[in-house]
Amino acid sequence: MYSKSIDKLGKTHKLALDTDVLVVGGGPAALWAAMTAREQGARVALVDKGFAGTSGVAAAATAGHWWVEPQLRAQAIEACFAGGGQLGQRSWMARVLELTWQRWPRLAADIGHPNPSVHRGQGYRTVEGPVYLRALRRRVAHSGVRILDHAPALELLVDSDGAVAGAAGLRRQQCRTWEIEAGAVVIATGGCAWRSASLGSNVNTGDGHLMGAEVGAHLSGLEFSNYYGVVPAGTTMDKNGLYPWATFSSLDDDVIATGWDPLVGAIGPDVFGASLIRAGQRGPLFAILDRATEAQRAAMRAAMPNYFMVFDRLGIDPFRERFELGFVLEGTVRGTGGLAVMDEYCWTGVAGLWVAGDAASRERIVGAASGAGAANAAWTISSGTWAGAAAAEHAAGLRREGDRRPRRRLRPAGRTGLRPHGGSPALWRELSLATQEELLPTAKNGLRHERSMAPAAAQLERLWQAAAAGLRGRDAREVVWARETAAMIATGRWAYASARARTETRGMHVRDDFPQPDPEQRDRVESGGLDSIWTRRVALDATAEAVAVAR
Amino acid sequence: MDVFDLVEDGPPTIARQDMCQTCFMCEAHCPADALYVAPLREPAPQGSRHLDLAALAADGVLGSYRARLGWGPGRRPPRTTAEAYELAGVEPPAELPSLWD
Repeated sequence: MYSKSIDKLGKTHKLALDTDVLVVGGGPAALWAAMTAREQGARVALVDKGFAGTSGVAAAATAGHWWVEPQLRAQAIEACFAGGGQLGQRSWMARVLELTWQRWPRLAADIGHPNPSVHRGQGYRTVEGPVYLRALRRRVAHSGVRILDHAPALELLVDSDGAVAGAAGLRRQQCRTWEIEAGAVVIATGGCAWRSASLGSNVNTGDGHLMGAEVGAHLSGLEFSNYYGVVPAGTTMDKNGLYPWATFSSLDDDVIATGWDPLVGAIGPDVFGASLIRAGQRGPLFAILDRATEAQRAAMRAAMPNYFMVFDRLGIDPFRERFELGFVLEGTVRGTGGLAVMDEYCWTGVAGLWVAGDAASRERIVGAASGAGAANAAWTISSGTWAGAAAAEHAAGLRREGDRRPRRRLRPAGRTGLRPHGGSPALWRELSLATQEELLPTAKNGLRHERSMAPAAAQLERLWQAAAAGLRGRDAREVVWARETAAMIATGRWAYASARARTETRGMHVRDDFPQPDPEQRDRVESGGLDSIWTRRVALDATAEAVAVAR
Repeated sequence: MDVFDLVEDGPPTIARQDMCQTCFMCEAHCPADALYVAPLREPAPQGSRHLDLAALAADGVLGSYRARLGWGPGRRPPRTTAEAYELAGVEPPAELPSLWD
C-alpha cells in the first residue's frame, strides 16, 4: 500500500476498525465534533497525530472565546463584518455567537469556572489551553469515543461511488498501520503554518487540505493565509494579544509604531505609523509593553502564563525593557482560508466528508481578516458541533435494519508523498526546506507582488512535480514526514494561486501592486486541483453546488 | 512533537530533540515536575544557564510552567479572578482593568 516497508507492516500489523463517525484531528474542533456525534448516538473514533488534547495550537495557547451576550451581538457583528473586509456573512456570525453561548458553559463547568461573567481578560472567559483541552479530552473519552493517539492519518478511503468511507494511517509508536471504515469522516486537522515555529503549530502542515483535495473537495480563501505574528526573537511565543499596548522601535530607538491590529497582524498597514513588516525589512525591530497601566500589567500576568514564563526564562521584563522581535508565519492557523464550507453544517461538498476548525475556511465569519483568538475559538466549537451532528446523521442513514452498514469496497485516495509515480527519489527534508523558502520570508509572502509571487509559485510547481514523482518515506516516521511535506507544498500552491487571483488589497492580503480594495472583488476565491491548480471566483451568497469527485 | 520514546520500567527518554517545537506541553504534562523547556527555538548554546541542571533545580524552575498552570499535588487551576492573580503571584489591582473589551 505504501512504501515497501509499510506494505509489509500493513500485512501483519494492521489495526482495522469499523465505526460510524471518524474524526481526524485532536484539537478543540475535533473534540467538539466527536462529542457532538457521540451525543447523537453514533459510534465515534478519533485519530490524532499526537496525544489528543495536547497537540496543535489551542493546547499550547490561551483560549478566550468570542463571548457576546445577546443584546450586544448586533454591534459585535457589524464590527466583525467591517473588520473582515466585508466578506463575512452576518447570519453565520450570529449562529456562531449563539451556539458558543449555549455550548461553552458546559465545558466551563467541567473546569470549575462559574457561569462566564461579562468581563473579558479577567480569568472567566479566558482559560489556559492545556486546562481547557485536558477537560475536553476527558469528557470525550468518558463518553465512549475511541481515541487513537500518535496515529497520524495518511489518506482518506473512498467507495466505488467516490464517497468518503474512512481513512488510513500509522500508529507511530507501535509501528503499525491502522485502517478505519466509517459512515462519515470529519476533517479537523488544523490549518497550515508551514512549520514556521509558531507556537504549537508544527503539526499543522495542511494534511487535511491535501486529503480533502484528493477526494475532490475545494478550498476557499487560501489567499488569506499569510498572517504574520511577532515573537521575542529566537522564541516561538507568538502571543499577539498584548501588542496593542506596545511601542515598536528601530535599533536607533526611533519609534516606528504604537499598537497592533489583531485582525491583520504584522502586515498592519493599519497600525498607527507603518507596517511592521516593512519596518522589519529595514533593520531589527524592537518592542516594549510600556503603554499598559500598572493595573493592566498585573491583569496580563494573571491572564497569560506562558507569555510571561518565556520572558522570565529569558530574564527580560517586557514592560520595562525593549526586546528584539522576529516574525513568524501563522499561515492559515491565524489566517482564514481552508477547505470550502458548502452548507450550514460544514459539509465539504464531497459525500461523507465534513470539515471543522482551522482546517475549514473561516471566511463566513471573519472574512479577509483573522478571527484572532476569540472568533477562531468560537468557530472550533460551532463548526465542530455542526460537522459532528451532520456526520452522525449521515452515518445513521447508511445503516440498514439490524444496525449494519452494507459492506463497501474501499480504495485509498492518497497520492503525492505516499505513492510516487516513479522518478528520482525525493527527500522530505530538502523539499520541506525548499517549500519554506518560498512561503516564510516576509519579502515574498508578507508584502505581496506579482513579481515575487510568480517565481515563488513556479518553484512550488517544480517542488510538487518532484514530490509527485519521487517523494516517499523509507520507514514509518519518514512516511508521515513525507506526507506532511506534500501537504505543505499543495497548500502553498493554492495559497499563491489564490493570492495572485485576488488583485486587490483586502484584510490581511496586502498587495503592493494593488494597494486598494476593489469593490468588484467582494467575493470568494475558491481553489483546488493537484496535478494542475485552478482558481475561480464565487459570489458571497452562492448556495452550495454539487461538487463532483474528480478522479 | 514525537520527541520522547517510552522506556519500560523507567522514565521516557528524549529521543529526537530536533523534533522539539518548543511548545512547552511536555513540561506542562509531566506528572513528576521533571522537565524544563528552554524558551528557544534552537538548542541552547554551550554554557547557557538553560543547560545547567543543578542551577535550574536550585532555582526551582523544573516543572514551573506546570505549577503555574495549577497542576500537580496541592495545586488547582484558577476558577476565579482572585485565584488567577494569586497563582500568577501578582496583587490584584483595586479596580480590575479592561483588556480586550
